[in-house]
Parts: sequence; structure tokens; C-alpha cells
Amino acid sequence: MFEFLARVFGRETTASKNVAKERLRLVLVHDRAGVSPQLMETLKNELIKVISNYLEIDEKALEVTLETNEDQVALVASIPVRGMKRVSRELVSGI
Amino acid sequence: MSEIIVVTSGKGGVGKTTTTANLGTGLASFGHKVVLVDADIGLRNLDVVMGLENRIVYDITDVTEGHCRLRQALIKDKRYEGLFLLPAAQTKDKTAVSPDQMKKLCADLAQEFEYVLIDCPAGIEQGFRNAIAGAQKAIVVTTPEVAAVRDADRVIGLLEAAELRNPALIINRIRPKMVRHGDMMGIEDIIDILAVDLLGVVPEDEQVVISTNRGEAVVCDERSRSGQAYRNIVRRIKGEAVPMMNLDDSGIFSRLRRIIGLR
Repeated sequence: MFEFLARVFGRETTASKNVAKERLRLVLVHDRAGVSPQLMETLKNELIKVISNYLEIDEKALEVTLETNEDQVALVASIPVRGMKRVSRELVSGI
Repeated sequence: MSEIIVVTSGKGGVGKTTTTANLGTGLASFGHKVVLVDADIGLRNLDVVMGLENRIVYDITDVTEGHCRLRQALIKDKRYEGLFLLPAAQTKDKTAVSPDQMKKLCADLAQEFEYVLIDCPAGIEQGFRNAIAGAQKAIVVTTPEVAAVRDADRVIGLLEAAELRNPALIINRIRPKMVRHGDMMGIEDIIDILAVDLLGVVPEDEQVVISTNRGEAVVCDERSRSGQAYRNIVRRIKGEAVPMMNLDDSGIFSRLRRIIGLR
């Protein structure tokens, strides 16, 4: 009954297709990542490359994972920082 | 120049076989020389959907094992000039044919036919590997359901890994009324998620069941919506630019047209 009323009053968010789409989106984030551990490795290496331009990081202790909460998938990266690079400090002060 | 196209989906029951039968029949009705290959070994179905089940003498494994010549195993559909079926074996399992044998078979068929359409089994194991081995292009069939779209996504990934780039999507059994009410994913929703090219959309239609019961292809039913949708897809495969059909038939004019049988 509530759903009917909600629909009558045009509350699109309760439409079941939106639920379906959202569930699909979440499950596919995992499926697509899960298909190839290579992808996570590539992502990790590129992250290292970009971050190393600005910070000195401990590459060996770096961890990158996908974590799922109830309705969200998050990319969680734990990156130990050893120090700022001189170049980046100059860049920042230059701005 | 011939085209070797595999029709696949991952999930079972979304309409691969029906789609293969209709696209093949449709292409033949436009005068093309077409062969349909049932790659679902052990679960032969394309023959009954085509209404050719009583005419099988040899099957695909008889060809690969050398029991007969390729020509002998092909069943000619007498209703359409240039339409042939190579049936699957019913009593063997998926390992009865190897990917290399499929490649050779497809290449041999391409010598003689303009279109080679391969009906892929459900799943992503050996049968799938065999079915895609000889193909140059892929069509992915899905329905507007979470499970079917998820499996389509997986299959698209596997196809691309196997160098079958840019598969084309057919969304089958869509119900325009439910989409309008927000209770079924629509064309945009699915394309948004899968990020592939859309080849066509086929509405849910009882006429498909009726035609299949009779062993006929709905593509030749001038009056049915699904037949129209399949004819459009056939023309797109031929390279014509055909606009997507307007599925929304809720308007007063469409309803009137339907009532007086004009469609």
C-alpha cells in the first residue's frame, strides 16, 4: 500500500528498478575487480607512481583493498609516508 | 565476405536459442546464405526451436570425428532458400569437440555461407570456450534482470579477454509498461551499467511462445512486435542504420492502431 502511494506521488527512488540498478552496480564493482587480481596490482603500482611524485612512501608496506560496507564499496589504501619530497614542498609554496 | 557471429549470454533462459533462430531466419529471408550452428552439445535445442528436429541424421560431432562430410550434416530449412542448420550432438558431452575443431569448422562453413551464427551454451566453461573459438564477432543477449545483466557483464569481460572486442548487446523480453512504472530496468539503465553497443531491444511477446510451439520463427510474423524488433536487428547486422523501435505503446494512437490491427 505504501509503495502504491509512493508511486502515485511520484517518489521515484522507491521504484524497484533503482534498487536493482544499485545492487547491480555494487555487485559488479566486486565482480570486475574480482575477475583479475592483476587489475588491483596494476592499480597499486600506478598509485605508487603518482604518490611518489609528492611523497616519500614505504612501497613495501602499502596496502590497497576494496572493502564493502552495507551499501557502499570503498577503495581503502594504507600508505605509510616517510616524508615530504622537496619538489612537492616547492610546488606547494609556489602556489 | 562472411561473418562468423556467436550468440552468447552467460545466464541460461534469456533467449539465446530463440535469438539465434530468429536472426538466422531473418537473414535468410533477406536472401542471404546462412548456417546456424548449435554448439550446445548434450542439450540440443536449436533444432526444435527451428522445427527441424525430425530431419537430423548427422550432428556436429559426426563431422569433427570424420563420420560424415560437413555437407551431409547440414539440414536445409525448406521454408527459406539458403538457410541451414548444423545440429549439436545430444548424447555426447561438451568435451566431444575441441576449440581447434570449432575453429576449423567455422572456417570451413565461412567458405560457403555469408553468415555463420553460433548458438552458445549457457555458462562460461568448456562449451562456451568452444562456441567462441571460431567466432569473429559476438552478440550478448540479456534480459532486464539483475542476474542476467551480471552474467552478461562477466561474459563481456571473457569475450574481450578472448579478443572478441566490442560485443553487441540485445536486450530481450523487456516490458515497456513495467519500465515506465519504474519496476524494470530500462535500455539506458542496462547500457549505462554494461557500457557496450546496443544492437537491439526485443519486447516480451506471447507470440514468441506461440511461434516456438509451432517450430516457426516470430521474425516472419509481420504483425508481432517481437518479430518487428528482430527484423530491425537483422537489418542492423546487415549494416543498415535502423532507428530503435518505439516500445512505448501506451499512447492513444498506438492503442487505437493496435485495436484495429494496424500496429
